[in-house]
Amino acid sequence: MSGAAVGVRHTRKQASERIMKTVAYLFLISGSLVMAVPFLWMLSTSLKEEGVIFEMPPKWIPEPIEWSNYAFVLGEANLLHGFMNTLIIVIPTTIIGLFSSALAAYAFARINFPARNALFVMLLATMMIPGVVTMIPTFILYKSIGWIDSWLPLMVPGMFGAAAAVFFIRQFFMTIPSELEDAAIMDGLNPLQIFIRIMLPLSKPALVAQGIFGFLGGYNDFLGPLIYINSPEKFTLQLVLASFQGMYNAQWTYIMAGSVLALIPTVLLFFFAQRYFVEGVTLTGMKG
Amino acid sequence: MSNRKKMYLWAYAFISAPILGFLLFAFIPICFSVYVSFTKYSGYQAPEMTGADNYVRLLAEDPLFWKTLRNTVYSALAIPFGMALSLAIAVSLNQKIKAIRFFRTAFFLPTISSVVAMTLLWKWIFNAEYGLLNNFLGWFGIVGPAWLSSEDWAMPAMIIQGVWGGLGFSMVMYLAALQGVPRSLYEAAEIDGANLWQRFLRITIPSISPTTLYLLITSIIGVMQDFPRFQIMTEGGPNYSTTTIVYYLFQNAFRYMEMGYASAMAWMLGLLLMVITLINFRLSRRWVHYE
Repeated sequence: MSGAAVGVRHTRKQASERIMKTVAYLFLISGSLVMAVPFLWMLSTSLKEEGVIFEMPPKWIPEPIEWSNYAFVLGEANLLHGFMNTLIIVIPTTIIGLFSSALAAYAFARINFPARNALFVMLLATMMIPGVVTMIPTFILYKSIGWIDSWLPLMVPGMFGAAAAVFFIRQFFMTIPSELEDAAIMDGLNPLQIFIRIMLPLSKPALVAQGIFGFLGGYNDFLGPLIYINSPEKFTLQLVLASFQGMYNAQWTYIMAGSVLALIPTVLLFFFAQRYFVEGVTLTGMKG
Repeated sequence: MSNRKKMYLWAYAFISAPILGFLLFAFIPICFSVYVSFTKYSGYQAPEMTGADNYVRLLAEDPLFWKTLRNTVYSALAIPFGMALSLAIAVSLNQKIKAIRFFRTAFFLPTISSVVAMTLLWKWIFNAEYGLLNNFLGWFGIVGPAWLSSEDWAMPAMIIQGVWGGLGFSMVMYLAALQGVPRSLYEAAEIDGANLWQRFLRITIPSISPTTLYLLITSIIGVMQDFPRFQIMTEGGPNYSTTTIVYYLFQNAFRYMEMGYASAMAWMLGLLLMVITLINFRLSRRWVHYE
């Protein structure tokens, strides 16, 4: 191949790469607009005065800016109350569930015991059971023990740990070298002490990632509270928000203000822990 | 007790919580659900054995069930659109793009957002008179349909929202897969004179096929059980045009208190999902390439 031919091929390659990149940028910019504009519309509506939202064509910058929608939604419309309920339900459930999952993950990763693989596979199989199939019988179960219209169905099952979390944390434990544990065993520590003093501190990233997923799952859950909770004072944030539809029919300013508020905690969480999200999602293939 | 036996005890104690959770909240309920599906059961009186009546009614006597099945399959149209778009986004992001974090965040945001909030937002966007979408269409002289109150347009609206909301997850998965494709493969193909499109078809697509299979299977399972969006956006209407199997099942179980019938429906759906997943795995041997 002559030098000139290589040169031509090189510039052609550069040109095609430049075109590719331009196309990619155009596509990504228009795509992210499609993603972002609904959020901006939500924000814009939430700051409008009732009635202004029906002006045509719609104004993007509200005039006047109506902050009172937020005050109303938080206070009178009980969103803050729902938020507190959600936190009371989700935080202990997530923490205890995480501990249960991590403890089991440790046994599966490090201790050789009879039927270990069979039990592990059985646990993983639960991830494949469609939720629809268990929804009705678990409802009947909770009804028969008087748990309906209480937070227990939203808390207790989660505290036993989740198969996906066990799997994820186990994978992480497998990557930790066992020298430290060997030394600890020599020192006479029992497995629980080893788990708490050595394994837990070493696996913070995995635990944080799973904790975030657990929290998000509980925070955004709608189906569970919808099925189990009837009394408005026990409503979670998502239920309060969904109930706006019936209560403030077509008052989109309130509905959108509530939606914006409901997003704030998760968006903050996402920005502070983006690394964990992306790694966690790709490692486990699990949605938040 | 020997040391080894002691270790066994520790291990069983450690795994006891998730195993007990599995037994109490999955295994026993599932067994009970099989039984309930052969009974008439309101949740108040004791179940009354009716043999295969529920299944016969479902398959032969309830035209609405078949309609909801068709609706469910229709709603699954979101899957091919969503996967193709998220692959395109991931490929674009993989071009050493600047501001990759910004773009990634933009596409990922709906994934972490509350389904209730997102669905309420889209309900407002789909508003026939004042909604964003019909406003936008108006710029091009198009009079948009009354999305959610039209039998023809309610399901397309659900699909649009579904695609929009699901892009982030598949995009992140695809991006990770793309980053794992060895550069050397592309370089070798380039020397052989393969153009961009040929490289995409012959290298990229086969290399990421395990991710495609994974996304296909999880999306089908997810879409066929999607309930909250429908509950908030359309409540199955208008005229049952967006009543999916899960929505119908939910109605039967918790509105008409037909727990037996709903359980039979849940099992039909569960079986259907299993069969589809198996077929997917079978067919995947022809198009999925593992390294």
